[in-house]
Amino acid sequence: MSTVEAGPTGNGYVGQAIRRKEDPPLITGKGRYTDDIVLPGQLWAAIIRSPEAHARIVSIDKSAAEARDDVRIVLTGEDMTDLQAPLPMAWVPPGVEIKTPEHWPLARGKVCHVGDAVAVVVADDKYAAVDAAEDVIVEYDPLPAVVDVEEAMKDGSPLVHEQFGTNITHEWGLGSEDVEEALAAADVVVERRVVNHRTAGAAIEPRAVAADYRAGQLTLYTATQIPHLVRLQLAGCLGIAEEHFRVVAPDVGGGFGSKLNVYGEECLMAYLSRRLETPVRWTATRSEDMQAAVHGRDQVDYARMGMKRDGTIVALHAKLIADLGAYQQLLTPFIPSFGAFVMSGCYKIPSVRTDIVGVFTNKFPTDAIRGAGRPEATHLIEVMVDQAAAELGLDPVEVRRKNFIPKEDFPADVAPGVTYDSGDYHGSLDRLLGTLDYEGFRAEQARAREEGRYLGIGFSTYMEICGLAPSRAVGPSGVGIQAGFWESAVVRVHPSGGATVWTGTSPHGQGHDTGFAQIVADRIGSTPEQVEVIHGDTDRGPFGMGTYGSRSLAVGGESVARAALKVADKAKKIAAHLLEAAPDDIELRDGRYQVKGSPDKGLTLADISLAAYVPENIPDGMEPGLDETNFYDPENFVFPFGAHAAIVEVDAETGKVDLKRYVCVDDCGPAINPMLIDGQVHGGIVHGVAQAMYEQVVYDDTGQLVTGTFVDYALPTAAEMPTFETDRTETPSPVNSMGVKGVGEAGTIAASPTIVNAVTDALRPLGVNHIDMPVTPLRVWQAIEAAQGRGSGPRASEQGVPEGGAQ
Amino acid sequence: MIPPEFEYTAPESVDEALQALTQGGEDAKLLAGGHSLIPLMKMRLAAPSLLVDMRKLSDLRGIERANGGFRIGALTTHAQVSQASELGVAAHAAGKIADQQVRNRGTIGGSLAHGDSASDMPAVLLAAEGSVVARGPNGEREIAATEFFQDFFETALADDEMITEVRLPAMDGWKFAYEKFTRRAEDWAMVGVCAMVRGDFEDVRVAFTNMGGTPIRASAVEEALRGQGRGAIEQAAQAAAEGTDPPGDLNATADYKRHLARVLTRRALEKAAAA
Ligand SMILES: Cc1cc2nc3c(=O)[nH]c(=O)nc-3n(C[C@H](O)[C@H](O)[C@H](O)COP(=O)(O)OP(=O)(O)OC[C@H]3O[C@@H](n4cnc5c(N)ncnc54)[C@H](O)[C@@H]3O)c2cc1C
Repeated sequence: MSTVEAGPTGNGYVGQAIRRKEDPPLITGKGRYTDDIVLPGQLWAAIIRSPEAHARIVSIDKSAAEARDDVRIVLTGEDMTDLQAPLPMAWVPPGVEIKTPEHWPLARGKVCHVGDAVAVVVADDKYAAVDAAEDVIVEYDPLPAVVDVEEAMKDGSPLVHEQFGTNITHEWGLGSEDVEEALAAADVVVERRVVNHRTAGAAIEPRAVAADYRAGQLTLYTATQIPHLVRLQLAGCLGIAEEHFRVVAPDVGGGFGSKLNVYGEECLMAYLSRRLETPVRWTATRSEDMQAAVHGRDQVDYARMGMKRDGTIVALHAKLIADLGAYQQLLTPFIPSFGAFVMSGCYKIPSVRTDIVGVFTNKFPTDAIRGAGRPEATHLIEVMVDQAAAELGLDPVEVRRKNFIPKEDFPADVAPGVTYDSGDYHGSLDRLLGTLDYEGFRAEQARAREEGRYLGIGFSTYMEICGLAPSRAVGPSGVGIQAGFWESAVVRVHPSGGATVWTGTSPHGQGHDTGFAQIVADRIGSTPEQVEVIHGDTDRGPFGMGTYGSRSLAVGGESVARAALKVADKAKKIAAHLLEAAPDDIELRDGRYQVKGSPDKGLTLADISLAAYVPENIPDGMEPGLDETNFYDPENFVFPFGAHAAIVEVDAETGKVDLKRYVCVDDCGPAINPMLIDGQVHGGIVHGVAQAMYEQVVYDDTGQLVTGTFVDYALPTAAEMPTFETDRTETPSPVNSMGVKGVGEAGTIAASPTIVNAVTDALRPLGVNHIDMPVTPLRVWQAIEAAQGRGSGPRASEQGVPEGGAQ
Repeated sequence: MIPPEFEYTAPESVDEALQALTQGGEDAKLLAGGHSLIPLMKMRLAAPSLLVDMRKLSDLRGIERANGGFRIGALTTHAQVSQASELGVAAHAAGKIADQQVRNRGTIGGSLAHGDSASDMPAVLLAAEGSVVARGPNGEREIAATEFFQDFFETALADDEMITEVRLPAMDGWKFAYEKFTRRAEDWAMVGVCAMVRGDFEDVRVAFTNMGGTPIRASAVEEALRGQGRGAIEQAAQAAAEGTDPPGDLNATADYKRHLARVLTRRALEKAAAA
């Protein structure tokens, strides 16, 4: 692991809670989202989607739609056989075969989930398109559908793709070979089935695409997190050279992973625009987005944790049954494997192994949703630690403390085969306990129980792996993802001294414009206002990998920092030349390049850039201009961590959970902008709490999507959340020059077990020792009823029994 | 929103509006706050050929005292009702509808006409023994709450009739509570209980939201409590779910709803008694 020397810290913008530069246009309605972009001559597409979960397409009658004056074209899957390649799936793990059916933008021959795209209508305006779509008559021959992942694994289950003869897509494992022996040697083995249910990304901006093909050049505007990868992949599907193909991600209104993909609609709009030689666009309705954007999670996990009586964890085995849905999207089968890399959690566990089975069902594919595998793994570990503590009669905090990897052990090798960069797990927990008053809470809890009130506390001490990634570790010959994982940056100082920065990351709410401007301003001696950050356009900056996996700062930000240092280095040489000093004697201080010891002898960046672009007096042999590029491929991941706790009160009569307090300490290294961190932590916690208490994508037994709108898919609001008590510790990472780690997913990775552990803690006196998410009133009530010997307990995979359908 | 094509008119008077409604035929619809109708249109579950927008019918807004009761104009919003504390339980319950945006748009007339048994005002109207005034081509009629609600999304209102006014008796001497059980603050009720107690339990009324196709009076509870004291609440509330057959849904099974009805009835009555 190498450490880059820390750069000059010119003006001290790094570390300040500067307000987001990107907000004024967004909050005054001046943002420019894909749907806002008007293209001359544009046509509108509407997609005909399957109402059946599984069926053969018997016939498609397009004639009535085609007969309408305002309709330009109606296409089905059979009309598009000139596509060069199906939609991509990018994971090819060495030595493991993954069953991957051909997946086309429009279904060919059969549909495999509700919402599967069957045909497309293009018309003069969006109303005409939707009207005409209702005129396309599709005849289906329904097939039996399979919705439950464990049913899908059984012999005799309906097959989502008959050609494979099974619904099992692949098996994959990571970690210790000796885990069975280690479990056998344990004093106690705690076994649990932990269900991690399906959720949606539910970005406020639904997916939207506008394609503009003219004179051999294709421009695709799309609400995506990965414009460069969309171009690379779709170039292959469409047979268009990358140099004639531009992808633009304009303002993007949230993604959470649901826009980290290459979607059929993106391919379809590009195809239609090329075929019709005029712009064609589509914006998902909210309910379309619920049924046709990737979902997340959806695992049934079997965990076995081997313990010594004193609370030492000696082994952990996790078997993850992953419900992948009906097709393989970009990284569908990989997501549970990402969790395997954090299966040791914050703990020193000699033997840890994860075994994964991927399974097809008749539902929309799952893929990366905020955290992508790590929330599932963390949920499992943190719930298991509490379960084990309870079974051994130990305090859950003490069990954590006892098993933490001590600070001195970093960099720490763990059983799953990765090396944690840095950490101080005791430090964050101690700080959390300081705010929490744990003993005070236990006393209050005891008093409340005497009054018949049920309070509970739940902890989650988490670590995660992010900053994707060392290309050698994750790429084709490593984990097997068919890509590199570096990031790129250009820092261009203009003759007048202002700077433009291009980053290959592609933010959609995170605040890169502000954070990256702070980083660059300090390094080149400018101000954040004078540093403009550009992203999301394949024609404007260098190739980049995009924004996901909490990578933007630790990889993209580091690349920006390195490009800025190159600029500063050249600026110093020019300054030295102009000031007649040695380059080593020039320092960047208070925004000026000055001679050490003689602060009166100094130049501003504008002075230097003018000299660089009017190169009458620069060092001999130096190229003119002040413009530097960096490509940065990290040598390791980064490993953020922290300690979270939730305090709940459960109404034991109705089952309703009231989240009373949420306290957390996160460590993502030194803060670039603490306000941006708080924003990410808040949103992340809401996301995790939401899964634990509110959100669930529910398909009924026949494969109908029951939670198709925000009435039924219960996104919580501010009214449901307490004020978060956030705090930080700062343990630098040795991996990059700024010591930074990611924070975009940390809250989500940490949060769900705090809630489940707290609810379990509250309910133990009533005999409920284990409960799965989401802890809805119905589910909690059913669990209490069952524990009290009344009723049969919650249904395994649903928050309720959708008898009468949705409201 | 991408609804099918429709015609639109915004008449200046109730008479013109009724005329437009009659001429528009079966597929003509009144538009009040639009917070039930427009979501249906955008999902293409409703496709009216003509929308008769009521927004210019200012006579239908506002609350006045008359004949020992209240007349609430059909276009009075939930927000306005919630601020009129003299209305008692109606104001209290209106304040629990959805969120502020919905309360600023949604109207009491629209809410009753829509006939959604998960809506809050129907149970209030039933418990308060109020009525609606409807006008149609054949003139005006008053329909008692007991007659008005007929089944899921079905009321006694004819297609060409408009609710102009909602009548609530003054409930002097009554104490009340509306217990609404939801997952999120803004949700429709899984179960709602409207409880009213006069004096020292001389009279008692209990009505449910979302325990069937219409709002339902819990007569068994009322009878068990009438003339009794607070001490009888616990026992009486056990009868709350008697005779109900609530539809199960995503958030609540029928069993759970019956259980909630019992718990919430007790809580609502305790709160009303203590008010
Ligand atoms: C997010 C959301 C949450 C909600 N939550 C709740 C809740 O918790 N509790 C609750 O009670 N409601 C809730 N509602 C519904 C809301 O209260 C609606 O406003 C109300 O049900 C309908 O009133 P409206 O004025 O919007 O009617 P509109 O939507 O305009 O009309 C509804 C129907 O009634 C007809 N109509 C309207 N006015 C009249 C009239 N005067 N005479 C005859 N027919 C008429 C229309 O033709 C239409 O068929 C919610 C709505 C939304 C969007």
